[in-house]
Amino acid sequence: METFTYTRATGVPMAIEAAAQSQAKFIAGGTTLLDLMKLNVERPSQLVDINRLPLDQVEKLPDGRLRIGATVRNSDLAHHPAVESDYSVLSQALLSGASAQLRNMATTGGNLLQRTRCMYFRNEAMACNKRAPGSGCAAIEGDNRTLAILGTSKDCIATNPSDMNVALTALEATIHIQGARGERNVAIGDFFLVPGSTPQRENVLEPGDLITYVTLPAPKAGSKQIYLKLRDRASYEFALSSAAIVAVVSNGKLDFVRVALGGVATKPWRSLEAEKVLHGKAADEKVFREAAEAALHSAQPQSENGFKVQLAKRCITHALTLATA
Amino acid sequence: MMSKNRRDASAGHFSRRSFLSSLGAAGVVATAGPMVAAAHAAPMAPVAEAPAETIEGAVPVSLRVNGKELDLHIDPRTSLLDCLRETVSLTGTKKGCDHGQCGACTVHVNGRRINSCLTLAVMHEGDEITTIEGLGQPGSLHPMQASFVKHDGYQCGYCTSGQIMSAVALLKEKCGPSDADVKELMSGNICRCGAYPNIVAAIQEVRQQA
Repeated sequence: METFTYTRATGVPMAIEAAAQSQAKFIAGGTTLLDLMKLNVERPSQLVDINRLPLDQVEKLPDGRLRIGATVRNSDLAHHPAVESDYSVLSQALLSGASAQLRNMATTGGNLLQRTRCMYFRNEAMACNKRAPGSGCAAIEGDNRTLAILGTSKDCIATNPSDMNVALTALEATIHIQGARGERNVAIGDFFLVPGSTPQRENVLEPGDLITYVTLPAPKAGSKQIYLKLRDRASYEFALSSAAIVAVVSNGKLDFVRVALGGVATKPWRSLEAEKVLHGKAADEKVFREAAEAALHSAQPQSENGFKVQLAKRCITHALTLATA
Repeated sequence: MMSKNRRDASAGHFSRRSFLSSLGAAGVVATAGPMVAAAHAAPMAPVAEAPAETIEGAVPVSLRVNGKELDLHIDPRTSLLDCLRETVSLTGTKKGCDHGQCGACTVHVNGRRINSCLTLAVMHEGDEITTIEGLGQPGSLHPMQASFVKHDGYQCGYCTSGQIMSAVALLKEKCGPSDADVKELMSGNICRCGAYPNIVAAIQEVRQQA
């Protein structure tokens, strides 16, 4: 690991000022950053510790929204009463991710920025356009069983590994950012970027930008929420395919539905195509299968991950069945 | 713990731990005649007592480990795991993968279990850190340690301190009553020997007694 200077921030303005220099990184839980620093994939010259910032609360806002501080730990968020009762898809997604120890460390802001598990990204000897722009993508002709089939490009097929982000996408979260140029809010659908020809850019954050909060819209009355995660092991494993569903059924018809996918795409994947098929239709298996077909219509499988197309369709169909039962 | 081992070593009754650590300190001498050299090696000064300027770029940090205040000077890159093992000489916490995948390094920080390999020691100024050494000692075992002994919840023992630290933390977490619930919350601790059925039995007995 390369050397760095360490600064413990005591306030948000101080943190932003300290991180203004290039090659500075914020550190919260450290579960992604330190892992990648040990592999020389991340090489910050300065670490700004944001663990002592007053961003560790989950609060109900007067207008009904839920405001989640950037340093709220995954375990605390998953077990927060308001999340368990009103945003259960988020609680389910968080508890399906990582291990109990890692959930006690990982934070809301950090999980939004979780890096891919693509083995070529994690190995500095390999070609990877995300780690070393212009070096090529060893995954496309390589071991790509776990990699993405949606949102890919000829330069990158790395999967976004987060479970939390999939639930936040289905819940239409907003990301609150503070930076040198002030504050701004970004809808989660606009926060993540598909790789295109610049896979090193994964989101809209500029250098020095700090995620301060995530807000969730007021709970959708009468909604049923499901996070279904399919993986190689029963626990402590990344998704091969996952689906987050928020659905309201009245008189047997889907009044409201949100579909987001994980484990199959380069970013947390909202399927507007599936939602379009489902909206206003009867909540039955035939419709669910049509929605799953629509969601995977643009899938581009690689040499070893063709199975994900069928797996993702079945994941969506089963998750919709559970969410409307 | 270490000072006792060192006394044992100088008296000739050395443990595996004191033998290995003395071997490291004795270096070349140990190669010439390992057994003799190890038995008579001078006690190794803990790195923590070395002046700060000997470690380039070292920063001061105060940790509270097993109820003891420690003022240390460490390289900011030092993980909490390496700090506990190398600087504080508490080697009960084990290093397995060093990437948060195996759970051997599990300790408690402010009463919650974490992977000590994926956090920097400097981030824990003022935090209350508990390691396996702070949980119980021979003769006064924590009930979870005693239950692991009773149920034979290990084979080689390398993952055991991490398993026990996780299991003790689990007692205070939201966990359903079944074996499957325990397995789910213990999935971050890998046992290469496969002692899982006995580990689950050990944990369930403590939970039922509580």
